[in-house]
Amino acid sequence: MSDRKIRVATCSLAGCFGCHMSLLDIDERLFGLLELVEFNRTPLTDIKHCGPCDVGLVEGGVCNAENVHVLKEFRKNCKILVAVGACAITGGLPAMRNNIDLWDCFQEVYQYEGGLEGGKVPNDPELPLPFDKVHPIYEVVKIDYFLPGCPPPADAFWRLLTDLLNGREPKLDYEMLHYD
Amino acid sequence: MQQFEFSDISRMLTPILARHGGDASRLLQVLLEVQDACHTIPSEAIDHIAAHFDVPRVNVEGVAGFYSFLSTRPVGEYRMLFSGNITDQMLGKDDLMQYLCNKLWVEPGKVSEDGLVSVDSTSCTGMCDQGPAALVNGWPLTSLDQNRLDLICELIRSRKPVAEWPPMLFEVVDNIRRSDALLGEPLVPGNGIRAVLTRGAKETLAEMDKSNLRGRGGAGFKTASKWSFCHAAIAEEEGSVICDINGHPERYIVCNADEGEPGTFKDRVLLNSYADLVFEGMTVGARVVGASKGFLYLRGEYRYLLEPLEKGLQKRREAGLLGDNILGKAGFSFDIEIHLGAGAYICGEESALIESLEGKRGRPRNRPPFPVTHGYKGRPTVVDNVETFACAAKIAEKGGAWFAAMGTAQSTGTKLLSISGDCASPGIYEYPFGVTVRQILADCGARDPYAVQVSGPSGAMISWKEFDRKIAFEDLPTAGAFMVFQRKRDPFQIALNFVHFFAHESCGFCTPCRVGTELQKKIMDKIASGHGTASDLEELKSLGHILKTMSHCGLGSSAANPVLDMLEKFPDAYERKLKELAFEPAFDLDGALETARKITGRDDDWAHL
Repeated sequence: MSDRKIRVATCSLAGCFGCHMSLLDIDERLFGLLELVEFNRTPLTDIKHCGPCDVGLVEGGVCNAENVHVLKEFRKNCKILVAVGACAITGGLPAMRNNIDLWDCFQEVYQYEGGLEGGKVPNDPELPLPFDKVHPIYEVVKIDYFLPGCPPPADAFWRLLTDLLNGREPKLDYEMLHYD
Repeated sequence: MQQFEFSDISRMLTPILARHGGDASRLLQVLLEVQDACHTIPSEAIDHIAAHFDVPRVNVEGVAGFYSFLSTRPVGEYRMLFSGNITDQMLGKDDLMQYLCNKLWVEPGKVSEDGLVSVDSTSCTGMCDQGPAALVNGWPLTSLDQNRLDLICELIRSRKPVAEWPPMLFEVVDNIRRSDALLGEPLVPGNGIRAVLTRGAKETLAEMDKSNLRGRGGAGFKTASKWSFCHAAIAEEEGSVICDINGHPERYIVCNADEGEPGTFKDRVLLNSYADLVFEGMTVGARVVGASKGFLYLRGEYRYLLEPLEKGLQKRREAGLLGDNILGKAGFSFDIEIHLGAGAYICGEESALIESLEGKRGRPRNRPPFPVTHGYKGRPTVVDNVETFACAAKIAEKGGAWFAAMGTAQSTGTKLLSISGDCASPGIYEYPFGVTVRQILADCGARDPYAVQVSGPSGAMISWKEFDRKIAFEDLPTAGAFMVFQRKRDPFQIALNFVHFFAHESCGFCTPCRVGTELQKKIMDKIASGHGTASDLEELKSLGHILKTMSHCGLGSSAANPVLDMLEKFPDAYERKLKELAFEPAFDLDGALETARKITGRDDDWAHL
């Protein structure tokens, strides 16, 4: 292994940050991990754009245009891109809106729900524009590995990262894929 | 939409249930009648039927949800199902279906608002030699064109009962183009059985063995072995042998007429014009294995053959060829009952067929134990193809040596081929095994042939380079389908059609097949819509490997054949469809923002991808 620390970036697209919480659940092993890796763009470092990295962990599916920009930036910069958790892999919970017409969604949120001034659908260019359906991330960029779970257990994160750090093909034991 | 009152339901159900009795194996037959009467299986009827058979409600619901001709949501009073096989597609099925939908103001797959009509696709209806074909309320329509659809539109709009539609719409012709030993000389009904009675059952089995007849459904298992295993097996319960009314160990003969493989229609012709030969073969089998009861499992698409077949059975009973003491032989009792399927390809797999006969969902069983020892209701059962029984009748009459003299060493006798696609004379061709593809193509008047799908989607796609290969178990085994494609056809579209077929027909029991066929469909659709990349091909190959090795039954393990054949033999068919070799999104990113752009009225840079 070279002297340079392994660079890791993470992000949450249409996700709930639960996978990030689970990553933090590796607890004291974080100290050991920080000896070996440095974090680039993550919600933890507050770096806004992803630079060249070795590993990218993406939580959440793709629900709007901004998600695509972030995801493509990750793909461009990360040597290995991992879809983390059910939403990234299948669309997950946010994809439950896929059976509802987008216009019905907008109406429900902006027009029928009380307390919103004017009852208008906002059109500010700063707001990410939603897709008519939520997509798993493998439909938008090539994904190298999938880490399943909702969220993936902390041990699964640990296994994935240590396997990658040691240059092994990541492999999860049955127990780590068994959720009940 | 029609509303059903509980009292109406019970009034409608009472005679049906009375006719079928209390045996839960009649469940599927009952549901078919309910579907016919109500154009759906009403929830109240499910309660009622579950109570009648004393089975849990979920069992009835499970069956109602499994078969594609049954529907727990109302379908149109007139239900038009277009045959979706590739040969129908090549004859213009998609345009015709759209034409009819436009005329009737109905969307494909939906019911018109007045509940009058629904139009949809279904798997191959076995009319490939006279397509484009469709079913209306289960009755086959053939050789469809715009004129016929105009007429059908009028008939539907004027609410004319299907029974009163002009018969020419329902005309099904045999199209026998080449006859040989099986179709050539008709068998005098009873001659096969007489020969068995003279020769003896054991000796007949020896003749079957000598004939080296192998199953005609595709797998090619030696029929004599199957029969002798069944004969040797007995079902026991608590140490005592389970016997029929006459005190013989209970065994069953089942004729598999669930001819679901797209492009196959030989059984349709056999059952239409050679039913006696098939029944005779079943009776011969019954004598050899010692069975007193037989079933003919008739696919739902061939519902129109039910009454003629019932009549044929009645005629045989009157002639002493079925029933008690057949041809005066004391103790030789055998009768045949016809069971209707309801649109499930998987029921062509013998153990799924047995499940379906028992009134359950057609889910393949774990094997072993095989049906020859644990079949229908756990009793030893022979399940053979229609054509196999027809051959058996001939062998019983003429002897094993006569049969073994035809064909090749490992594939004796003749084979019926159902030829369709780009040829001048589609129809049934009977050849001795060993005939080359080139010869067949010449005989059927194939136009500029480029590829042939042998034995349907689960079989093999061969290219023009392989036309010297032979139809035989040694080289190209086949269940009978032979679809010819000329040069202008796109092998990719053919594989795409088959991939959709498998995804629709997977029974859903095992994950590799349920998910694998669906993923395969998604990737093929992605390539078809111009978003394909090299990595998708790798994905298709690895999926194919999973399907082949991990599936529970033959459906899953052959579901990847069309794709793998295409990848191997027609690389240019997909290569020119690939957008680039790197990754390409599975959907149109910018297009997927269009709805939100309209709603918000935005058109800024951030609103585009």
